[in-house]
Amino acid sequence: MSDTTHSTPAAVSGPRSARLLPYLLSLPALLVCVGILVPFVTAAYYSLQRYKLSMPQRRGFIWFDQYWNFFNDADFWHTVYVSMLYTVSTVGVELLLGLGIALLLRERSKVNNAASVALLLPLMTAPAIAALMWKLMTNPGFGVLSWVISLFGVTDFKWASAPSSAMFTVVLVDVWVYTPFIMILLLAGLRSLPTQPFEAAKLDGVPAHFVFFRITLPMLMPYMVTATLFRLLDSIQQFDIVYAMTQGGPGDSLLLFQVSAYLDFFQYTNVGRSAALMMILWAITYALSNVFIKQWLKLRERTHGAH
Amino acid sequence: MAHKGTSLKLLLNKHPYADAMIADIENFKKMTGMNVTWDVFPEDVYFDKVTAALSSGSTEYDAFMTGAYMTWTYGPAGWLVDLNEYIKGGKAAPNYDWEGVLPGLRSSTAWSGKPGDALGGPGAKQWCVPLGFEANNISYNRKMFDKIGVQVPKNLPDMMEVAAKITKDSGGAYGIGVRGSRSWATIHPGFLSGYANYGATDFTQEGGKLKAAMNSPQAKEFTKLWVKMIQDSGPKNWATYTWYQVGTDLGAGASGMIFDADILGYFMNGGDNKERGNLGYAAFAANPKATEPTANVWVWSLAMSSFSKNKDAAWDLIQWATGTDHCMFGARKMDLVNPIRTKVWQDPEFKEKINKYPGYLDQYTATAPKAQIYFTPQPMFFDLTTEWAAALQRMVAKEIPVDEGIDKLAASLDKQLKENGLG
Repeated sequence: MSDTTHSTPAAVSGPRSARLLPYLLSLPALLVCVGILVPFVTAAYYSLQRYKLSMPQRRGFIWFDQYWNFFNDADFWHTVYVSMLYTVSTVGVELLLGLGIALLLRERSKVNNAASVALLLPLMTAPAIAALMWKLMTNPGFGVLSWVISLFGVTDFKWASAPSSAMFTVVLVDVWVYTPFIMILLLAGLRSLPTQPFEAAKLDGVPAHFVFFRITLPMLMPYMVTATLFRLLDSIQQFDIVYAMTQGGPGDSLLLFQVSAYLDFFQYTNVGRSAALMMILWAITYALSNVFIKQWLKLRERTHGAH
Repeated sequence: MAHKGTSLKLLLNKHPYADAMIADIENFKKMTGMNVTWDVFPEDVYFDKVTAALSSGSTEYDAFMTGAYMTWTYGPAGWLVDLNEYIKGGKAAPNYDWEGVLPGLRSSTAWSGKPGDALGGPGAKQWCVPLGFEANNISYNRKMFDKIGVQVPKNLPDMMEVAAKITKDSGGAYGIGVRGSRSWATIHPGFLSGYANYGATDFTQEGGKLKAAMNSPQAKEFTKLWVKMIQDSGPKNWATYTWYQVGTDLGAGASGMIFDADILGYFMNGGDNKERGNLGYAAFAANPKATEPTANVWVWSLAMSSFSKNKDAAWDLIQWATGTDHCMFGARKMDLVNPIRTKVWQDPEFKEKINKYPGYLDQYTATAPKAQIYFTPQPMFFDLTTEWAAALQRMVAKEIPVDEGIDKLAASLDKQLKENGLG
């Protein structure tokens, strides 16, 4: 009797909690989705309006005019160009350097392990702080880098202050901050590669460059694609380094997407244009990540097939 | 004590003028029985915070610090209370003495909201009340000037010569410090003060529509000289120069003089600065044909949020912070360097304090009659003035000749004005 008495409530509460469990488990994901979707939908809504806070009387729906106007706007295409140039330059250089350093540190030794930890330090620096440090280091009056290049006879290099060298300077800072990110991913990849193909190649006396291009690189490719994807998505959304160093100048030379959208909203209170720029950036980011994820899946399949 | 027990919250910029207010706030609390709290943000992010708070309709802040230019955005957006309601509506204390505030500052903080209407003109709304100000003049390194054997420049061509000589003979320092970052803040200090002195304006009005006037003959004459001066004798990384770099270079002896806010030179003459005690001040009329300076002013002010739930109490605080007693306290005991009231400038104790800075009082006296905002008020101020700064950067970098750069700038601004129904 007592067993029956005790089992009745359990039998009732059991299925109810079982029914609620999936909802409870998915609640965090739902909350995250709401947190992402609400701003996204709001931005999409604003992007269809002529909406400048300082001119409320002109607010109204213009539907896709904002986007259409971009196509005829030289400033917008300049933003696309400099954003792409920045992204390709930073990710390209970081990938090459990161790979080079990872190859140098591939063998496990005390020195290599210590070096790989030490090389991570720039990654611990907030990008805006890094930009301010570099701004001081490149000051022509007292900057250590200006002094170093003056030893080689370069006395009038204006770093981020000249349109011709501004892109080079901010790319340099980005490379300093983020190369360790790629390096550590590729180092982890290199150290996890199976040893048999390399041992077989060694026994057969295969030249080093052949091993690198035919064995190491293809096997490392999924890691490279992953690192590139992360950096690409981050780099195309660059704001802090560029804004802290140049505010988008000199002239319009570094008006990247995020810098331009920030200025549009916070300085010019042009909500509509800022939102439309962000929607375009989202579309580019979405397209790029899709391409890379597909590529990554293909490579993973190929690698698994090889196994 | 009409609002005893009321709690007010302020949004303040980290600035000596805010420090002066905070140092004296206990007096206000005792007088009124109100509780006051505040958030202070550094200037780099301050106006982002203000924009975010106001655009979201937040009721968190009752009053906040602002510059007059910002009210050209905040006012038309409906975020500010027209303080005429209090000043002229019989809600000001009998001893408030609104007329005792410098007239140029009163008018500079009032605007009708109609693009192109004169500041302080008919129908102007008092969007904010001045708290303290900055006029743009020369601050210079007296020691360096004596050593090189140059005099304080009298006009822009003279300034170019003096700056060039400093760059050549000082043994490392450059001649003239002015701002150059890609921001409206590059245009408003020395540049606009000199520009106005040459008789140039930013816009003209034709049939109620605005038209860019950066390509007028006077504007071109001035801009050519300005650009050449920076190329010859400005800081090498001028395009990244903000208030901070201009000031610290003067304080560190890295520049011979600056044409910027007078209070910037004041602050650099004290503290731990290498050149403390060596700086002097002078009024400056850029145009050789001008008879007096036309210093553009930056007016730190207090404004009331439309979303405040304690408007009358907030007015009491604004009134106190901009009243004679607090102004006197700030000027005598704190670093309220440029007080807004004539009476304070005449105070013997304040005069004695300020006279320790050679030439400071004289530059104020010479500048005061025509110290005002020389921009045309309009709701696209930040868009268009930032583009002006970007154009200047291109000209200084020799990416584009000055004539062509100015013409392109004017054409671009006209296009934007037209697109937004202002031109």
